[in-house]
Amino acid sequence: MKYNPNDIINAAQKLSRRTILVGALQLGVVTALGARMRFLQIKEAEKFRLLAEENRINMRLLPPARGIMFDRDGRPVAANVPNYRILLVREETEDVEQVLTQLQKLIAINPNDLEKARRELSRRSAFVPVTVTENLTWSDFARVAANAPALPGLLTDVGLSRIYPQKENLAHVVGYVGPVSEHYLSRTKDPDPLLQIRRFQVGKTGVEAQMEHDLRGSAGHQRIEVNAVGRVMRELQRTEGQPGATVKLTIDSKIQNFALARMDGLSASAVVIDCATGDLLAVASSPSFDPNLFVRGISSKNYNALRDDIFGPLRAKAVQGTYAPASTFKTITALAALEDGVLSPDDTVFCPGHFEISNNRFHCWKRQGHGALNVEDSIAQSCDVFFYSISQKVGIDKISAMARRFGLGEYHDLPLSAISRGVAPTRAWKQKSFDKAWLLGDTVNASIGQGYVLASPLQLAIMAARLGTGRAVQPRLLKSIDDKAMSLGTGAPLDVDPAHLKVVQRAMFAVTNTKKGTAYSKRIVSPDLQMAGKTGTAQVRRITAEERLTGVISNEDLPWEKRDHALFVNYAPHDNPKVAVAVVVEHGGSGSSTAAPIARDITLFALTGQMPELSHYPSGVKAQIKEEQEELAPKLFDWSTLDRKGQVQT
Amino acid sequence: MSYLEYNLAAVPVGFRKILALNWPILILLTAISGVGFIMLYSVAGGQIDRWAQPQMLRFFLGMTGLFVVAMVPIWFWRNMSFPAYCLAILLLIAVEFVGTTGMGAQRWIDLGFIRLQPSEVMKIALVLVLAAYYDWLPREHISRPFWVLLPALLILIPVFLVLRQPDLGTSLLLIMGGGAIMFLAGVHWAYFATIIGSGIGLVVAIFQTRATGWQLLKDYQYSRIDTFLNPDRDPLGAGYHITQAKIAFGSGGWTGRGLMQGTQSRLNFLPEKHTDFIFTTLSEEFGFIGSISLLGLYTLVVLACIASALSNKDRFSALLTLGIGITFFLFFALNIAMVMGLAPVVGVPLPLVSYGGSAMLILLLGFGLMQSAHVHRPRPKFK
Repeated sequence: MKYNPNDIINAAQKLSRRTILVGALQLGVVTALGARMRFLQIKEAEKFRLLAEENRINMRLLPPARGIMFDRDGRPVAANVPNYRILLVREETEDVEQVLTQLQKLIAINPNDLEKARRELSRRSAFVPVTVTENLTWSDFARVAANAPALPGLLTDVGLSRIYPQKENLAHVVGYVGPVSEHYLSRTKDPDPLLQIRRFQVGKTGVEAQMEHDLRGSAGHQRIEVNAVGRVMRELQRTEGQPGATVKLTIDSKIQNFALARMDGLSASAVVIDCATGDLLAVASSPSFDPNLFVRGISSKNYNALRDDIFGPLRAKAVQGTYAPASTFKTITALAALEDGVLSPDDTVFCPGHFEISNNRFHCWKRQGHGALNVEDSIAQSCDVFFYSISQKVGIDKISAMARRFGLGEYHDLPLSAISRGVAPTRAWKQKSFDKAWLLGDTVNASIGQGYVLASPLQLAIMAARLGTGRAVQPRLLKSIDDKAMSLGTGAPLDVDPAHLKVVQRAMFAVTNTKKGTAYSKRIVSPDLQMAGKTGTAQVRRITAEERLTGVISNEDLPWEKRDHALFVNYAPHDNPKVAVAVVVEHGGSGSSTAAPIARDITLFALTGQMPELSHYPSGVKAQIKEEQEELAPKLFDWSTLDRKGQVQT
Repeated sequence: MSYLEYNLAAVPVGFRKILALNWPILILLTAISGVGFIMLYSVAGGQIDRWAQPQMLRFFLGMTGLFVVAMVPIWFWRNMSFPAYCLAILLLIAVEFVGTTGMGAQRWIDLGFIRLQPSEVMKIALVLVLAAYYDWLPREHISRPFWVLLPALLILIPVFLVLRQPDLGTSLLLIMGGGAIMFLAGVHWAYFATIIGSGIGLVVAIFQTRATGWQLLKDYQYSRIDTFLNPDRDPLGAGYHITQAKIAFGSGGWTGRGLMQGTQSRLNFLPEKHTDFIFTTLSEEFGFIGSISLLGLYTLVVLACIASALSNKDRFSALLTLGIGITFFLFFALNIAMVMGLAPVVGVPLPLVSYGGSAMLILLLGFGLMQSAHVHRPRPKFK
């Protein structure tokens, strides 16, 4: 190799030059990095600090305990019970299958639940607790808890779930809760974040639905720190929620239960109202259903059975069902005529068994006719012709106006689902609804509560209460919310001549307490409990002229759905009304034979608070009543079981 | 320049060599490694034995190696250059067959006590062989095409092997590091202009061949490029790492959140928080002051290398020192740029700080070579 000092010097100089160049380049890059650091850490620091906090902190809702419901005497009707659950955390066990096998040795687990749990376990992150089984009994739960050290990864947990301890008793009144539906969420404007909880339980029907706002309570919040995969690291802050309000109903569940038991096997409904306060003591629709079935999601088999039952157990007939009030409406027609001055208490009408108007013949239920009757006897014996006749003088509009004053055709604002308004028809109403003129025959029909007139059992009970007291008794279902008493429904005196009202009251007393009265055999004999009432038999089919010639087919010979509805309204005691009762038995036959005895027994139970004593009944029926009561007793709710459950929930 | 031309009499011998070491660089390396221990302690949530302790062990092992290498005269290492390069090539071929796969790449050979990454060895070996080549090459040949093609092949053979692993980050480091040495050695400007020009052409080609049967990169590399170009496009998917790294980085502010107070790293939002992304934890916990200080330490190392090279009259030593410095620079600059969202996520560790198999060991041995060059630099014959 040639030794050329100049070459070496040149190369060294070149190296130095290029080294400095590369060094400068490196410094340039470092400066750029430093500038980027400054930008991210100084200028953008706030933004990134915020993003880091968002990463780190999650808000979690703490669902409040739903408000519990009691009847007027503090018996629980809707409560929360601990829901004992077993959870499994995959990462805390080495062998999931082995733990599940061990668990199955301790308690029985539904294979479906187990399959679902396995799927969840394999899908969720290893640290997420997955529900293996829930709604365990305390003893099963305790057994698992005691063996927990041998079952790695198993967690025991207690949640709250809704229970209706009285089961069928108040299904139509209290209603039930269920998971909030997607459909509801999509149209609600309710901003409550609780609704966003998956399968959050909200009221679906009845008081549960109508009082949802008060019962739900407000959510608590928990600020938790989570890591990148969502595992909770620690709780940063906790704000407890507000539990839902405690609601006390006016219902007396013993009366409610008695009414249901008394109507067992019938498609019927009964309403009992306190005449002094307007408190609804019982709003019973039979048959009923167990709302607990709906809480955890009802099976389609059970649901179809309820839906397809011709007795309609899902319908709240007491407020939702509307029926022709039939003869019970005669009280209203009579009052309208008396108030209008077209009728005086002593005026009589001759009943030949039928009434002719514009070439139509209207029949009295008694073919041979009642002869000459005044208004009091006409109500007591339920003569139809009398009311056909006087209705022509009063006119439909005045009759309907009177009906509305007594609560028919009016909407009663109660926290219940599907409350029917019924119909108190007027000329204008028919014109508007059917685009047809009102006919004289319509008035004739309406005068005896048939035709267009429709009323719910609730309205009939209100009517009876108002007839008995002369006050505009307002029904109420809520006694108190969180110990705040609700206003009473005593009502102002009705603007009706007391003398005229007295006539109707005397007539209603006569119905049950005079030999010719339609419900004489269903009277109460104890002087201080005597009731005044009115029977009604609502025709659900048209009786043709031919049939009248050959003889009207008796109810027993008709298919069930063509038989008459049986109605009875009453108040008692007649001289100082405490309770008013309305009973409607769908396709039950005549009011006096089917509805009146039920109403009588419910009235006695409501007044005495126990299975009615035989001494209240006329001597002729005592043996039969005794037999009935023996049959009825086992159907009553066992209140001793409720006390135990009541303790659990508090 | 052969070893006969060294002024042997002036080179320190025995323990005096230790005094002649480039102590500022040793102190800087120790300081940087110290930062690494603290960060590894922090990301382990206060556990010392998880990452910090093995890392310290590796540091002491590496430092011992550094001293041993530094004591050996530089002319010995110069003569070892080509054998070392050949060994590294063999290791790269071997990793094809017996390598352990990690993160979708074949990178390691498990030697039992250490997981050796042949690509790490190659980084130093390439510097060695190029420095020796340009020391040996007569000056007038430097820019002749044949003599340019030869070192280009020396670079491209390992690049090809590393790309097959596939490890894009190391390939880029090799090309840039090797190219820098060729540039420093005095290769004509025109070559670099041509290379850079064709580099741009290659980038265009890479994107043009995408989704065709003969695309040049793997799908995951394309997706990394996409993600790099627009990390916000998919913040929960492929862009998640970069987004989270930037959040951690930015949330540090001036002074940071304090040791072990970084929520992003402690709550595992950061990916690879103890290896490639460890700088984000430092930035989150010690803020701008912490991160700019570490960047300063790194820069001082590079400057110290340049100073040492400029004062070294031996061509091999100077090129070697510069090559080590540039490799070191490329390491940390690429890593920091990556975690700040300035460069694609290519998997380059932060030198001396990231927890990692052989990277720290090899790097310290590289600095051992640099120290040897410093200790055994030619002294003027007459004072």
